[in-house]
Amino acid sequence: MTSAAIRREPAFGPRTARVGLYAFLVVSAVFFLLPLLLVIMNSLKPMEEIRQGNLLALPINPNFDAWVSAWQSACTGLECAGIRPGLWNSIKITVPSVVISTLAGALNGYALAQWKSRHANMIMLLVTVGLFVPYQAMLYPTVKILSNVGLFRTYLGIVFVHVIYGLPYTTLLFRNFYVGVPDEISRAARMEGASFLRTFWSIILPISTNILVVVAILQFTGIWNDYLLGLIFAGNDNLPMTVQLTNIVSNARGAANPNVNMAAALITAIPTLVVYFLSGRYFVRGIAAGAVKG
Amino acid sequence: MSSISVRRIKKSFAALTILHSVDMEIEKGEFVVILGPSGCGKSTLLNVIAGLEECDEGQIVIEGKDVSGLEPSERGLAMVFQSYALFPAMTVRRNLSFGMEIAGTPKATVAEKVAWVAKLLQIEALLDRKPGQLSGGQRQRVAIGRALVRSSSICLFDEPLSNLDAKLRAETRVELKQLHETLGSTMIYVTHDQIEAMTMADRVAVMHKGKVEQFAHPQSVYEKPASLFVAGFVGSPAMNFLEGNLDGLGRFVTGDVSIDTSAYAFEGPPLAREAVLGVRCENISIVERGTPQTIPAMLAFTELLGADALAWFDCLGKRFSVRLGVEAARSMRKEVGLRFDMAKASLFSVASERRL
Repeated sequence: MTSAAIRREPAFGPRTARVGLYAFLVVSAVFFLLPLLLVIMNSLKPMEEIRQGNLLALPINPNFDAWVSAWQSACTGLECAGIRPGLWNSIKITVPSVVISTLAGALNGYALAQWKSRHANMIMLLVTVGLFVPYQAMLYPTVKILSNVGLFRTYLGIVFVHVIYGLPYTTLLFRNFYVGVPDEISRAARMEGASFLRTFWSIILPISTNILVVVAILQFTGIWNDYLLGLIFAGNDNLPMTVQLTNIVSNARGAANPNVNMAAALITAIPTLVVYFLSGRYFVRGIAAGAVKG
Repeated sequence: MSSISVRRIKKSFAALTILHSVDMEIEKGEFVVILGPSGCGKSTLLNVIAGLEECDEGQIVIEGKDVSGLEPSERGLAMVFQSYALFPAMTVRRNLSFGMEIAGTPKATVAEKVAWVAKLLQIEALLDRKPGQLSGGQRQRVAIGRALVRSSSICLFDEPLSNLDAKLRAETRVELKQLHETLGSTMIYVTHDQIEAMTMADRVAVMHKGKVEQFAHPQSVYEKPASLFVAGFVGSPAMNFLEGNLDGLGRFVTGDVSIDTSAYAFEGPPLAREAVLGVRCENISIVERGTPQTIPAMLAFTELLGADALAWFDCLGKRFSVRLGVEAARSMRKEVGLRFDMAKASLFSVASERRL
């Protein structure tokens, strides 16, 4: 066989493959962004343009009136103060829930990764089962338990529910991360006289930045976007944004205002987008720190 | 009084027994190497001494005090790990001072001790770096430093050099030995590398399947291995073995050949039994074929090693290595006889695998 026969050109050159790849990515991006684009466009239209029924047309006279109305004057049931009160409710529910469920998951995960016995595997299995049981199946028992201890439809109650429902997930993620951290580090800390909690706090947490950020983002998006638990457990004074958004959209009084609805939906989505953009920088930093860790 | 006494230590994981009643007395200031193949229980033994693993039975006594129930940090010893196990998010300085910080040592003392150890190991320039910014050799030094800051009297090493390249390993070996002489501390060092064991140890404990097969000076481990396993494990190339019988009349008989064993120092009465004769490659001389008391051999190939050479022979269905000069190796005939230096040979019982 000649060398020419061996060094045959591949059927697709690397350049062709690249072009195909980019084409595919662009098409996918357009496909997923198109609905978002429509929502943004229509939130900028005044009602007259909406009434013409041309959903796909660009706004002729773009303005933020619908956004302002969604923010401070749209009706959520009887009150007409817009979605603004919900923002604060969402923040005060989400932040403690994320912090507690992430840190508790980290501690759980570290303990389960350290504890090498059949019991630990059994517990991990049970935790994982918790992941696969749908929320809906657990709602009624949770309602019963919380009303028995007087936490049903209270602020503490909704935070508690988010933490408990989040724990299986955060525990699993952290446990899988900590299984990859060499045992010898914990053993060395033990030789130095550090207790379990001290080791976790001083040595393990500082090397967990990447996974902390990832888990916190996943928890943040999950809890911020939650509707069902907020509706059931938060109580009227603490209804999160998502619930108020639904109330605006499904408000039976007066004419429907699609532009206001869309603006309200966008306002509700802004915090998660902000978190993604900020954390994107964090991710890069985390990766760079990992590179020197060796 | 011994520095460390290991008394009848037993340890098993589920059905698997890792340590079968290990006993060891380690003198103050001694450098003891625990040598063995992987899976022989040597690291487990070290962890039991350190207190990182609990034993099922037995006692660890350190400087006269039974520490079996104590936490590792309360046993007054320090440990260097195979992967160094430095704390990644802390600077070298904090790595060194972390233990003292936990113990509540006054700041001035901490600074003093860190400065002392940094000077001793020449890592002063690295104190404000993170472990990730250090080379393997530097990390190794920091790990040793962290151990010395903790306890300069007893130090445990778990294969500390196995992650270094060959050149660095040789250098660090020498430095560690010097450090031991400077500090006069008791050191227990686990390795599977017999060169480390031979060069560093005051005494070597050779372990096999959870038992200490021999605990002696490295040279006597090499010259007078206590068991068939030690004979085969220590030394490169491995010892040559020949199976046969002791006839009880002062001869070792194998096939048609009988060898006079009067030069051999038996440890007990030389009763008739099945035995294995072991000879190191440097204790065999090459003679004319047919000389009495020799074994006929056929040359397979020779290896020139620079300083000397190894000749490999087929004899009595086995492969034998003989160390000889380069010139002699070049002019080697095909068919020769091998004469064993019985004063330096070893005889083992087939039944017990122990030295006779």
